[in-house]
Amino acid sequence: MNSEAPKLAAPGVWSRLLANRTAVVGMLALAAVILFALAGPAVFHTDPYTTTADQFAWPSAHHFFGTDINGRDVFARVMEGARISLLVGFSGAVISLVVGTAYGMVAGYAGGRTDSIMMRIVEILYAIPRLIIIMLMIFVFDQLAKHAVQNFAGGALVGYTTVFLLVMSLGLIEWLTMARIVRGQVLSLKAQQFVTAARSLGQSHARILVKHLLPNLVGIVIVYLTLTIPAVILDESFLSFLGLGIQPPQASWGTLLSDGSQVVNPIKSYWWLLVFPAAIMSITLLALNFVGDALRDALDPRRKG
Amino acid sequence: MIGVLLCVVAITFVLVRLAPGGPFTSERNLPPHIQEELMKRFNLNGSLLESLATYVGVKRNATGHYSGLLQGDFQPSTKYRGQSVRELIAQTLPVSATLGGIAFLIATTLGVWLGALAAMRHNTIVDTASMFAALAMISIPTFVTGPLLVLVFALWLRWLPVGGWDSVRSLLLPSITLAGPYIAYIARLMRSSMLEVLSQDFVRTAYAKGLTERRTIYRHVLKVAILPVVSFTGPLAANLLTGSIVVERIFNIPGMGPFFINSMLNHDAFLLCGVVIVYCTLLVVIVLATDISYSLLDPRIRLYDE
Repeated sequence: MNSEAPKLAAPGVWSRLLANRTAVVGMLALAAVILFALAGPAVFHTDPYTTTADQFAWPSAHHFFGTDINGRDVFARVMEGARISLLVGFSGAVISLVVGTAYGMVAGYAGGRTDSIMMRIVEILYAIPRLIIIMLMIFVFDQLAKHAVQNFAGGALVGYTTVFLLVMSLGLIEWLTMARIVRGQVLSLKAQQFVTAARSLGQSHARILVKHLLPNLVGIVIVYLTLTIPAVILDESFLSFLGLGIQPPQASWGTLLSDGSQVVNPIKSYWWLLVFPAAIMSITLLALNFVGDALRDALDPRRKG
Repeated sequence: MIGVLLCVVAITFVLVRLAPGGPFTSERNLPPHIQEELMKRFNLNGSLLESLATYVGVKRNATGHYSGLLQGDFQPSTKYRGQSVRELIAQTLPVSATLGGIAFLIATTLGVWLGALAAMRHNTIVDTASMFAALAMISIPTFVTGPLLVLVFALWLRWLPVGGWDSVRSLLLPSITLAGPYIAYIARLMRSSMLEVLSQDFVRTAYAKGLTERRTIYRHVLKVAILPVVSFTGPLAANLLTGSIVVERIFNIPGMGPFFINSMLNHDAFLLCGVVIVYCTLLVVIVLATDISYSLLDPRIRLYDE
């Protein structure tokens, strides 16, 4: 965030946000989860990959969340999963933000035929099952990338190709809504007089886009960023659940939930493998949605939540 | 429309063929010449473009005929020997369609009802509670709610079967699981649009004319407030399609979803393309239907200028 950000947001946003109880709870919960993900390993000294003979141990003082089929500590795995899921969620959302904002700004500012062609493309993309195409792309490019990385960079980096691909491709499917919203905003902004003034002062289109329009978009873009993060995290867990995302032994919330849902069966249900990751993930997504909704209300005084 | 479909098919086909390994390499010790012979039989031996052209039906196949998508031939599956893609889809599509259709009905009716209720009881406990529940449902993925529902209703209470596809009762849990998040989406949409409509002048006029609340809501408000929900049905259909892949896996339902995943893992290009074609066609048709019904509901919208 650059130093201009505070003055760009409408006045009173912070106070309105802090007056919203659910938003405050959401922000606190979010901070707690991020702290848990980042500082957790340093505090608890548990390793998510060490396998022990202690299979399917109940939650106890030693293993807070119990252990899984390989005797790995679920608490440590949830922490590891939080790191990867949050990483994928944040960076995927940022990519979608960059693509969506750029696309929407160009379409809205250019207007006319360019605009209608660009928006028609967005409509077409809306109408194809994107997640299905993405699954396919990840499946194919992951194998190609693994091959390439193995040949050129050695085995150490192989585990990260999937994460990288996930981030890229999820960012590339979630930008459509952002593009639409930014375009709408630019359409109304460019009709305002400060744009005409800048134009008559001889500023270039690029400069107007970056210097005059972009700052006015920050608010709405941040709102949709907070709402895109949970969407990306959900998509990632969806892919990991189907075995196409993060590969074991690496953990994300999706893989943990996938493992967890498989051990819920009529013979014996190891509920802690499902309930704990599910709880942490749901709390995070809920918190993000709370904050996003509250931000949207705070930035738009006409909306009374 | 056909153009979009062909593009998607081409992308799918090229991607599967690009993936390292072929449809027959994973089988146990097939001698290379037999693999080659198999590839030839399925018209996959040529270059990427050649085999794509044969598949689409613009190039003669090994027997000298045009036989591809354009001629209505979906090719046999390379994995499930002796079964054509058409047969496999014909067996599984009705199952997936039933599941998706029921989930669609549940999501729209329950969502509209919940949202309208929340808007009418704005700022009361009903409103807050239902919106909190909606947000919670959006935040919990279906592959968590699914197993949890199984845990409670099938394993502890033993009211409903764990999975499968043999009775009406076995339909219940999967379709509720699939519909869950979309009930919530629609409820939120419905609530905000309803709140906006309720504050408009014509509603006040209706009340001023002496209409009861019931009559105002049913005759005037709902008709306008439901429009955003109608325009959401397109994306809803898309999400139900992909969502059903997960739900089918959780509940062991013999739908199209497992084929999609397996055909990808098996490099079964023809089956995969077939499944993708079905998904895309469904989606395009639904989006078109949405647009048309939208213009029917709202006289202000015209599909064509003038």
